Amino acid sequence: MEYDVIVIGAGPAGMAAAQSAQENGAKKILLIDRGMVTGGILLQCIHNGFGVHQYGEMLTGPTYAQRAYEQIKDKKEITLWLDTVVLTVTAKKEVTCVNPERGVKKVVGKTIILASGCRERPRGAIRIPGQRLAGIVTAGAAQRMVNCFGFIPGKKIVILGSGDIGLIMARRLTLEGCEVKAVVEICPYSNGLQRNISQCLNDFDIPLYLSHTIVDIHGRDRVAGVTVAKVDEKMQAIAGTEFQIDCDTVVLSVGLIPERTLINNLPLQFDALTGGPLVDQHRQTELAGFFAAGNVVHVHDIVDYVTEEAMIAGKFAALQAQNNVVGGRRVQIKCEKGVRTCVPQFLFLPDVAEDVKLYLRVSKFVREKHLVVKSGNNVLWNQYLMAGRPSEMIMLDIPADSLQNVTDEITVGLE
Amino acid sequence: MTETKKFNCITCPRGCELTVTLQDGKFQSVTGNFCPNGAKYAEQEVTAPMRMLTGTVKLTGAGLPLLPVVSTAELPKDKILLAAAELRKITVAAPVKYGDIIIHNILGLGVDMIASCDFACIK
Repeated sequence: MEYDVIVIGAGPAGMAAAQSAQENGAKKILLIDRGMVTGGILLQCIHNGFGVHQYGEMLTGPTYAQRAYEQIKDKKEITLWLDTVVLTVTAKKEVTCVNPERGVKKVVGKTIILASGCRERPRGAIRIPGQRLAGIVTAGAAQRMVNCFGFIPGKKIVILGSGDIGLIMARRLTLEGCEVKAVVEICPYSNGLQRNISQCLNDFDIPLYLSHTIVDIHGRDRVAGVTVAKVDEKMQAIAGTEFQIDCDTVVLSVGLIPERTLINNLPLQFDALTGGPLVDQHRQTELAGFFAAGNVVHVHDIVDYVTEEAMIAGKFAALQAQNNVVGGRRVQIKCEKGVRTCVPQFLFLPDVAEDVKLYLRVSKFVREKHLVVKSGNNVLWNQYLMAGRPSEMIMLDIPADSLQNVTDEITVGLE
Repeated sequence: MTETKKFNCITCPRGCELTVTLQDGKFQSVTGNFCPNGAKYAEQEVTAPMRMLTGTVKLTGAGLPLLPVVSTAELPKDKILLAAAELRKITVAAPVKYGDIIIHNILGLGVDMIASCDFACIK
């Protein structure tokens, strides 16, 4: 069975990609997800604040997921396979997947959009000393436990890391009667959105220890407490600054990593910092016909931008499947001077120039700078940046006519 | 007496840093807000802070045990923990549609708790 576009993952990215592929002329679209319903991780994000950009109102995660599903559910061009696990994807765009009723199936796509989201960084990745105790969970796992299944992971909680899920869970666990004793963050700044510090920590007087980390987890079978210490600018614990917090649970909110297991064996390059495959502004990887969208490309702060980017991927995958692409060349975009990451990593320069949007993150907190995009010595675009935080993605809209003088390589940096 | 308070706006992900000037405890002015929503939030926050509430209630007949719910409007911040405790008393049966009223007029505050999404019945 051949499809124009096969989308792997029916979270917000996959649904938006499928919708956009249909709107851009693809006739046969297959959307695959291992869950029993569409929506992905949004279903466990029961708090509100989603959709301000896409829908102009604040929605909960489940509501946002339902809205996205309503856009695709009656489209005859889109076939939805739920409860289906993708086992392999090959460079020939063959997708092998398994489902209890259909068994193992092999399908082929003219194009493939990978929308497999991301995973949480586990304890092993951050090397906290201590025993292997019950009571150590990642924030997303805790969120699923509490919001989907109705269990609390423990009663006295310490959260390591100030990512948004950790902050959201600090509030959620408090509302469910747990005592959240502290959020401990190794960086000198929070890794979550400022508004989540306000409404999730400050509202409930939960202390946030910046430049601190957990240096030991105590207990016999179950967590009984943690030792916290201040860290220096090299993030090394400072002797003599240790203090103890009694707790029965440690929640880890220490970052997300693109889930790229399915494409690890494909001839693709990956961005060492975002963890995702390198893509151009159409979200096409270096392998023609392979696209990626959403958190598998780079981890986003808010779902609205996931939807926006996935719409781009869906559109160009559909055009590619219809052989409706214009020729052009690819140039690399390099980050420098305080810009840590940029998606896309490549710019595809078609013969007919088009507007391009760059999604950037800065390395550290900056104020009153200019974001400058250059090609050689030509300044292509210069945009004032009032303030930039590493935890907040910055968008740069570059109009088509600014991209006329592109030579070999593009750089983006702060000046 | 004039005093200033600094806090972040929570109305959108931008999270503007607001500086509010108070005169004898009363709102005077705000700076740092990018949009009018920020000004509204700032005044509300120093007068009578309000918050949205989300949570879950028990659900039967849907295959999954919980229904996510959201308040139709903001509640007074100091009533949030009490309102969250109310949710624990409720059980609803599938099918449920987005927007169904799950708790009418929670704690007599004039705000309803509604279902955040549909849940079909599973036989």
